[in-house]
Amino acid sequence: MDLQDITTFFSFSNHSLNVVILGTVLLGITTAVVGCFSFLQKRALIGDAISHSILPGVCVGFMLSGSKNPVYLISFSVLSGLLSVYFMDFIKRKSKLKNDTALAVTLTFFFGVGLMLLSVIQNSGNAAQSGVDQFLFGQAAAMLESDLIIYGTVCLITLSIVIIFFKAFSLVSFDVNFGKSIGLPVRLYQFLLTTITVIAVAVGIQTVGVVLMAAMLITPASGARFWTNNMRKMVLIAGVFGGLSGVFGAFISFILPNMPTGPWVIVCLSALTTISILFAPNRGILYGIKTKKNWNDKLNKENILKAFYHIGEPEQDFEKSLSQNDVIFKRYFTSKQLSRGLKQLKKENKLTEINGKWTLTLSGLKEGKRLAKIHRLWEIYLTKYLNIAPDHVHDDAESIEHVITPELEKELEKMLGYPEKDPHEKEIPYE
Amino acid sequence: MDAFVILFTVILLASANGVLGTYLVLRKSVMIGDAISHAVLPGLIIGFLISGSKNSFPMLISAAISGVLTTLLIQYLNRKSNLPKDASIGFVFTTLFAIGIIMVSVYADNIDIDADCVLHGELGFIALEQNLMIGGMELFPLSSLNALVTLIIVLLFTILFKRQLFVTTFDPQYANAIGMNPIKWDNALMALTSLVTVVSFEAVGAILVIAFLVLPVAAAYLLTTKLKNMMILSVVFSMLACVIGYYLSQALNTSISSAIVTSMGVLFCLSFIFVLLNKRRVTYEGS
Repeated sequence: MDLQDITTFFSFSNHSLNVVILGTVLLGITTAVVGCFSFLQKRALIGDAISHSILPGVCVGFMLSGSKNPVYLISFSVLSGLLSVYFMDFIKRKSKLKNDTALAVTLTFFFGVGLMLLSVIQNSGNAAQSGVDQFLFGQAAAMLESDLIIYGTVCLITLSIVIIFFKAFSLVSFDVNFGKSIGLPVRLYQFLLTTITVIAVAVGIQTVGVVLMAAMLITPASGARFWTNNMRKMVLIAGVFGGLSGVFGAFISFILPNMPTGPWVIVCLSALTTISILFAPNRGILYGIKTKKNWNDKLNKENILKAFYHIGEPEQDFEKSLSQNDVIFKRYFTSKQLSRGLKQLKKENKLTEINGKWTLTLSGLKEGKRLAKIHRLWEIYLTKYLNIAPDHVHDDAESIEHVITPELEKELEKMLGYPEKDPHEKEIPYE
Repeated sequence: MDAFVILFTVILLASANGVLGTYLVLRKSVMIGDAISHAVLPGLIIGFLISGSKNSFPMLISAAISGVLTTLLIQYLNRKSNLPKDASIGFVFTTLFAIGIIMVSVYADNIDIDADCVLHGELGFIALEQNLMIGGMELFPLSSLNALVTLIIVLLFTILFKRQLFVTTFDPQYANAIGMNPIKWDNALMALTSLVTVVSFEAVGAILVIAFLVLPVAAAYLLTTKLKNMMILSVVFSMLACVIGYYLSQALNTSISSAIVTSMGVLFCLSFIFVLLNKRRVTYEGS
């Protein structure tokens, strides 16, 4: 690898290289876009089944044409891919086999037959046969301009079908029964969607080969799903992932000549998706961990404030200075929890600290009071409206006090008529 | 003699797969088995680089570890990130397989795992292997011994833990209630699957392992509702397909493993057709 290779690559001045880049990018985008629909139909692995089931078609196409004529290969692949999808649906419908078994049965049966045909071809000694088995691992770097024209056309047609039928395909992916009930030709749409999925797989195999084909469909869609709830945006993001990975794969196999393109495309896709899974806002794993931590901190802080309030309550003296042990004596906290919460409360100006002794500030007192109030109001609500025994209401109130909003609080007060005492004869503190 | 050694080995492997596959089909984890069979590739290569030889113990262990890691990763993704199960499966195994292929290209000079071996396996070469010698007596090839040991391990596991496997398969909630952890048993089963996969990988190729695990079992599943019968039937189907497939491959001059898988597929179709016809007759009589 040297700098010149990199500049050659990005100046896009090498014609045959441009063909490869354009080819992988187009294939990446097409498969990613189509894959979004399979992902949302919860048939993510269908790409895996189709890509394996295409092999017999490729072999028959090759045997009939006697050469690697892409038109023959693609049309027979699409035929055998479609056949496999219908075979799978048929055994699923007509027998007790579950989804995953039906998928695996179809995949292995078709692939087994395909491999058998392949070994017949290999043993027949046809000079043009070298390359049919490259189909198994992809051969993006060997793409010629004539191939590009065919694959490019197929990709563009597929993409335009997706754009034209975008709404119909979304409907089919989300709610088939609704579509049926408003009288849409759902089965036609499903057939169309299956067909373009098979076509996308048949051309996509050229870049990455049989095994990795599944990833071209699923991985970009899985990653894109983490960023948005909007179908259009999801398809766009997936397309961008697919395209970027195509460029990346072509780049690696150009600067490191021994490297296969397909696996690098997949590794790049997987990296993008892993980033999405970890860091995406709202749905990402790290975001989830952070939200959970914030929530636990909130609970912890509120419990501490309430404990301070309870300690001061009997003598109505809320300016007492308390040590950590005083607080733990009232309510159990682990010392780690307690010191963490105290520190955070000090930062929020709800507590002040002097020589290891802690005192409520005015805003801290107000919040502690409010929590105690909501807790007791809720206990009344449960006993009064749900007829729950007074000795069973504490735990429920303990968790609800953290989630009641100010609006609900007002509502609760009004509904219960500003009661003075809770079921345990404790006073309810109003402001 | 060659035919006997090859058939003997492949029948042993197919039986191990048939028994194990029964649980995979019933637990709906077939595709996890498929994922494992692909995802062991990087493990195989790392093991090979460490030990420097094929058919070695480190290779088996590192492949089995990568199989178990695959399962755990799929479970983790599925639970922590709400990625649907099938999408997590597809995502994990393709990533690992891609890494595996890249490793093959990087270490191409040191490794003789080639495309053909990954696809077809090397059943035909078993007979060419050096025979194992014990006390001056010529026995069978090492691959056959591997297959035999695998079958024994699988049988021991399923017989010893029959009760636990049964309960966790059919009623995970109940199993949980009586203190058997279904996830733990799942992982144990997946570890075993990795082992069987790795041993079969050499013989039948990565992609067709899953055929051995699922096709005969699916055929048996259609015909019976009893676990024991299902197991016996799937082993019988496996053996039958091995014999038919072997002679088919000899007649048509094709690779042995693909012919066996094709025969398994045909057996499945026959059993499916049988069920379809029977169903029709029953509904006819009932109406």
